[in-house]
Amino acid sequence: MHFALISKILGLLLVVFSFTMMPPVAVSYWYQEGSEGPFLVSFVITLLLGLALWLPFFKHKEELQTRDGFLVVTLFWSVLGLIGALPLYISNDVPVGFTDAVFESISGLTTTGATILSGIDFLPKSILFYRQQLQWLGGMGVVVLAVAILPMLGIGGMQLYKAEIPGPMKDAKLTPRIAETAKALWFLYLFITTACALLYWAAGMTLFDAICHSFSTVATGGFSTHDASMAYWDNPWIDWTATAFILIGGVNFALHFAVWRGKSLLAYFRDPEFRFFISLFLIYTAIITAGLLFFHYDFSVDDALRHSAFQVASFSTGTGLTSTNAASFPGFIPYLLVFTSFIGGCAGSTGGGMKAVRAALVFHHSIRELRRLIYPNGVFALRFGRQSIPDRVLQAVWGFVGVYITISVIFTLLFTMTGMDLTTAVSAVAASLNNLGVGIGQVGGGFANITDSAKWMMVVLMVAGRLEVFTLLVLFTPMFWRQ
Amino acid sequence: MKIIILGAGQVGGTLAENLANERNDITVIDTDPERLRELGDRLDIGTVRGMGCYPAVLKEAGAEDADMLIAVTNSDEVNMIACQVAYSLFRTPSKIARIRTAHYTSRSDKLFNENALPIDVIISPEQVVTDYIKRLIEHPGALQVVNFAGGRVQLVAVRAYYGGPLVGNELRELRKHMPNVDTRVAAIFRRGRPIIPEGNTVIEADDEVFFIAAKNDIRAVMSELRRLEHNYKRILIAGGGNIGYRLGKSIQHRYNVKILERSPGRAEWLGEKLHQTVVLQGLATDRDELLKANIENTDVFCALTNDDEANIMASLLAKRLGARKVMTLISNPAYVDLVQGHDIDIAISPQQSTIGSLLSHVRRGDVVNVYSLRRGAAEAIEAIAHGDSKSSKVVGRAIEDIDLPEGTTIGAIVRGEKVLIAHDDVVIEPDDHVILFLIDKRRTRDVEKLFQVGFTFF
Repeated sequence: MHFALISKILGLLLVVFSFTMMPPVAVSYWYQEGSEGPFLVSFVITLLLGLALWLPFFKHKEELQTRDGFLVVTLFWSVLGLIGALPLYISNDVPVGFTDAVFESISGLTTTGATILSGIDFLPKSILFYRQQLQWLGGMGVVVLAVAILPMLGIGGMQLYKAEIPGPMKDAKLTPRIAETAKALWFLYLFITTACALLYWAAGMTLFDAICHSFSTVATGGFSTHDASMAYWDNPWIDWTATAFILIGGVNFALHFAVWRGKSLLAYFRDPEFRFFISLFLIYTAIITAGLLFFHYDFSVDDALRHSAFQVASFSTGTGLTSTNAASFPGFIPYLLVFTSFIGGCAGSTGGGMKAVRAALVFHHSIRELRRLIYPNGVFALRFGRQSIPDRVLQAVWGFVGVYITISVIFTLLFTMTGMDLTTAVSAVAASLNNLGVGIGQVGGGFANITDSAKWMMVVLMVAGRLEVFTLLVLFTPMFWRQ
Repeated sequence: MKIIILGAGQVGGTLAENLANERNDITVIDTDPERLRELGDRLDIGTVRGMGCYPAVLKEAGAEDADMLIAVTNSDEVNMIACQVAYSLFRTPSKIARIRTAHYTSRSDKLFNENALPIDVIISPEQVVTDYIKRLIEHPGALQVVNFAGGRVQLVAVRAYYGGPLVGNELRELRKHMPNVDTRVAAIFRRGRPIIPEGNTVIEADDEVFFIAAKNDIRAVMSELRRLEHNYKRILIAGGGNIGYRLGKSIQHRYNVKILERSPGRAEWLGEKLHQTVVLQGLATDRDELLKANIENTDVFCALTNDDEANIMASLLAKRLGARKVMTLISNPAYVDLVQGHDIDIAISPQQSTIGSLLSHVRRGDVVNVYSLRRGAAEAIEAIAHGDSKSSKVVGRAIEDIDLPEGTTIGAIVRGEKVLIAHDDVVIEPDDHVILFLIDKRRTRDVEKLFQVGFTFF
């Protein structure tokens, strides 16, 4: 462990991210709300903390090892989550305690979108903007952003990138140099977000709402500037735009990059993970539309299709925006929606869950085992698209799925100990671990009423889910700390 | 610069490491996923798995906008075809290939041009290493000898010993000792730490001194730093592989050469090819074999097998048995630090000697030669100054006025046929070859910038 180096990088990252307190200050001035105080205080605290960690080791030169990468990334997410809570905690406009502030901040940063606030419509715009901005920064990954703008991270940047980027194949770089890869990812992200904001604006949102919601849509976050979320507008144009951009955010950005560079949309349909992801989306949508019509829910066919497509996109990528009150859908539908979030978005996307590629690999592998029962001596290569998958990757995938399910079960039980019923407990796990952010049952209307211990468990799960469990879990193995 | 490297072996890997640290976009292609993963974990590079000469693989590695292809796989044929594919399909501007066998290289003028096999630069690591050892044998006592301007100027590293007239004196005494010989001490390494030499620097025993002089003056300068050694006569080469054979062939008419080769078949083949050399069949790590080869009267023992451990053991044994000098081929850089300077006089790293010849093609500015010194920490560069006093940062200026990066010295200037040893008042003219010594390789970029011509030139 190179603690001096870790402190230096952590400090540097905090210095950089202290400046993200500035846009809300600008918003506050623009709307003349006088709510910039908490942000300025937080800016100074973050900056000083960063400098305190950075300056003592300013001249320290060492290369970051793989192990240090895990620690830096986990520490950075936790510290940034805590610091992100400062403006909410300090501000007099938001009546929250420490636990709630941290919950809200981590929920934003991990693109979960679970909120303990109500009466959001009446909060100052600067606070609203700040929450959306947290989601946007967390979407593509704050560490990836740092790698893009801080060339001095150098080779160590790759260790950080690997510890943060979701998906089973972490070696896939878009360009030879990691800084260029990170820049390309953020450029795409910015471009897609801008497009989304413009379309929202054109569809009838105010410019402020359009920007705010584009942040939480493309980041597959889930925060809104209204209590009713997207249902506030109940506008088909806005809902379909949101559905499209949630799906775009849920697709691997490396794939977007390939399409952008190859100037051909065909690359999407050649990608096996994309096909799997979109097929699931279409199947779920069909089932839920049929379900809504079967139960004679008070929707026209158009509306049933719109709302089921929106909800499937939102739940299956772990976004959590709602176009209508999905928790009150009849029959099996809310349960199905919650379970779609376990598979989640694609690898390398902003979406949560186990990722479509892992689900697809597990599926293909199970099929192979079935074939082996029929031909015990048969040799069946596991092909995914045109690529055959090495056993090493497959083992990692199975290991991940095993740990993911174990953690889900353990935390479901822990949640029931805090007094939740089983439906609520499962939905709380999905909401946090899958970064989904909306719940059913007792938490259908928000997470304000659960106990503090449940809130802290959700905080842990949200970070674990965003960092794909292993990055966090590896810190708890004795071997990690042994010199 | 976007560079594709074919082959993640020793040369490819070392090259990727050197170039990636110089902020190039590097993509390495190899068929072995394990080797690629190992490199990719350690370096900031892209990796592509596949056969390097297939168009699809090259395309995946970004051949469409690559500036350079360096083909250093084990197979000459793959290297050649890869360059052909890169040229025909992707119009890659520079193509460098490793071609080992003399069957191709001996016809290189007809074979390797735009109409036949479009390869811009052929490198042959075996030949580079052979030349390197040959120069060391020609300069007894030198640790390293590198050529500039076609061999008119040489940079020599020697260890200073008690008994050399200059040892214990200030550098400026050198002039008084030898009024007719012009030289410049480029750098001194004392216990591994670099010192930029000034007129009043005192040379101590055991210093590693790098000096630059015209080829004919080298011996005279060396005699100032140590008791001069007699020219070598009897050479024993252990290992008759590619390098051993080439070395034997190139020096057998001037020295008394013996080659010790393990494999009977190869020994027989060597016997047929090398008429003036005594070829012995036996193990170099066998004490009796060495004694039979008359090791106690050998001037230089060169261990050149492809096995590091065998080379080191054979060298230690040879030294103990009375060989005057031992030179050892060691690929593993970790071993070099362990053994050099104790019982082994000179450790030769094949990667480091090869890398220099490749680096000169990658560098910006008109760089003719690059030599990697002291296991890659320092570097000697021969660059050509272009432009005029307005567009260039060097032309038209006296050496003392040039804003050299820290730790860099100008050693000599070659103007046409003339060799000028760098003194503060020498003014650089257009098309001069300037020979620089960099104590810290990280300053290369600044040196490149110095020699790039400003836009006004065009």
